[in-house]
Amino acid sequence: MEIIALSGINIVYAVASLFLLAAGLSIIFGMMGVINLAHGEFLMLGGFAFVLSVNAGINIWISMFVVAPLVVMVIGMVMERLIVRHLYGRTVETILATWGVSLLLIGVTSVTLGYQQLGVSAPLGSVEIGDYRVGGYTFFIIGLAFAVLAFLYAILRWSSFGLKARGTMQSASTAATLGVNVGYVYSATFGLGAAISGLAGAAFAPIAGVTPVSGLTYIGKAFITVIAGGPLPLIGTSTASLLLGFINAAVTAISTPVLGEIALLAAAILLLRLLPAGITGRFFRGGL
Amino acid sequence: MKTELTSPAFIAALVIGGAIVFAAPLFLETYDLFNFTVFAIMAMLAISLNFVWGIGGILSLGQALFFGLGGYAYAITAINLGSGWGLLAAIAVPCLFALIVGYVAFYGRISDVYFGVVSLTISLILYNFVNSTSDAFYTIGAARLGGYNGIPSVPPIQAPWAAQPLGFEAMYMLCALTALVFYLGVRLFVRAPFGRVIVAVRENDLRAELLGYDPRYHRLVVFAIGAAMSGLAGAFFAAWGAFIGPDTFSVSFAAQAIIWVLFGGLGTLIGPVVGALSVSWFTTWLGEVRLLDPNIALGLLFIISVLLVPNGMVPALRRVLERLRIVKERADT
Repeated sequence: MEIIALSGINIVYAVASLFLLAAGLSIIFGMMGVINLAHGEFLMLGGFAFVLSVNAGINIWISMFVVAPLVVMVIGMVMERLIVRHLYGRTVETILATWGVSLLLIGVTSVTLGYQQLGVSAPLGSVEIGDYRVGGYTFFIIGLAFAVLAFLYAILRWSSFGLKARGTMQSASTAATLGVNVGYVYSATFGLGAAISGLAGAAFAPIAGVTPVSGLTYIGKAFITVIAGGPLPLIGTSTASLLLGFINAAVTAISTPVLGEIALLAAAILLLRLLPAGITGRFFRGGL
Repeated sequence: MKTELTSPAFIAALVIGGAIVFAAPLFLETYDLFNFTVFAIMAMLAISLNFVWGIGGILSLGQALFFGLGGYAYAITAINLGSGWGLLAAIAVPCLFALIVGYVAFYGRISDVYFGVVSLTISLILYNFVNSTSDAFYTIGAARLGGYNGIPSVPPIQAPWAAQPLGFEAMYMLCALTALVFYLGVRLFVRAPFGRVIVAVRENDLRAELLGYDPRYHRLVVFAIGAAMSGLAGAFFAAWGAFIGPDTFSVSFAAQAIIWVLFGGLGTLIGPVVGALSVSWFTTWLGEVRLLDPNIALGLLFIISVLLVPNGMVPALRRVLERLRIVKERADT
């Protein structure tokens, strides 16, 4: 009984963390069709912002929910203004330019912060299930994933910004003729995606620690989840996280985490053979 | 085909390239020759990436993974069976892997951008996998994969009829000649009927398909050939340094290959070679003087290439020369 509960928690945790890691990327991809190759570095910067501000004496929750998202949002918006803006509509060039930003951010952080790993111990103690103990932080990550999903859904579905953003997503030129400032929407969307990435990076910092290259450990999973999910940011990423997170956790449970990752990749590639535009390229059309 | 073989540009490339290959050992010290060998290997990788991306139009962001696969295939096979089989494996394994990935991707008609990201992700995950193989469990015959330590003492290349493995000079000749053959081969390929179809598929795959050419099949062939070329380069690299490690699967190595091609001039024939040589030389120099973190330099170069010289250095220089010629002609008349 306890084993079943534990594996259940592990699977839900894998799904939730996959969603958290990919959410910021999927917002930017869904809105602009741009794969932001600097996504891993957004996560890394979020982690650093969080750890450094906790070490500076700021409350841990304020660091996670305010400082980290704000810092990464500002960096994301600056990057959008300086580089991505000049390349809209040229997807391949955007990918390459964001790759350059990724290398640049890795280089700058390794020069300024060094290569040693920084960390904060995970708060929230642990919960006992029979003879086993599960970190309370595991449940926090699961809750956070649901909160982020609900927050993004609410913003995109009900706010005036969400309406404009969805309009721009469907047809940027039509939105522009109706008086929407498309440049502003892109900038704000990029900022929103970056802020969510910063939050996710902060949330994983107590578990994995932060180094200048720690973004690289996350991005493989994040990319493949977003690609498998297809063009709709929320439904796509959450269904893909469900499917791939389940496979990842199941294979990890019977072998090693690396084989779990390989199984995730193999499943995603098979999925793309059947649904080349991702899950939401065929299903749930017109959703969020 | 015949016209290309006898065209002045082709003969000039053959003569100049041949002269560089054969004359270099006469003038260079052993240490420089050693470095030039690795430049030739990097040029091979650049030519293969350009073949896939610039000529075939396939956004293979993770092309360097075939270089790593080739290196590992060579190392493992050469340790067990000797270097001849190693070279064969270094061509066959990446080619086979590319056929599987390419079949799924091209026959599933995955879009360009998706394919690029998927190929990069495969590279990332291979990197994590190889890094996790330090356990003695991951041993193939006499070769231990060695995880993040890589495989040391990879055997050098030895011709079946020779008593000794290739020395520095012979190794340089082999790598430089192969790079030259790659370059000339790609040159001939784009003029050949099959190459023309490839270019047509790159320019407009729907139109090519309506004319009766299957873009999926043509892409698959280009991708597999490119993977075999990268794999051979990887084998030479492993034999050159007697070492192959997981860094060949790393994102920054994949990025370097992309920068060479982008900086030199995507789709031009000589551009990627120029890019590979100049950027590798630049990063080696940076490593020596410790002026700037290599990631910062590569990142800046990447961004500048995309924003300011989107067609690459070689076409940009060509345009400058053309303009100078026009100015001079006007001045003359």
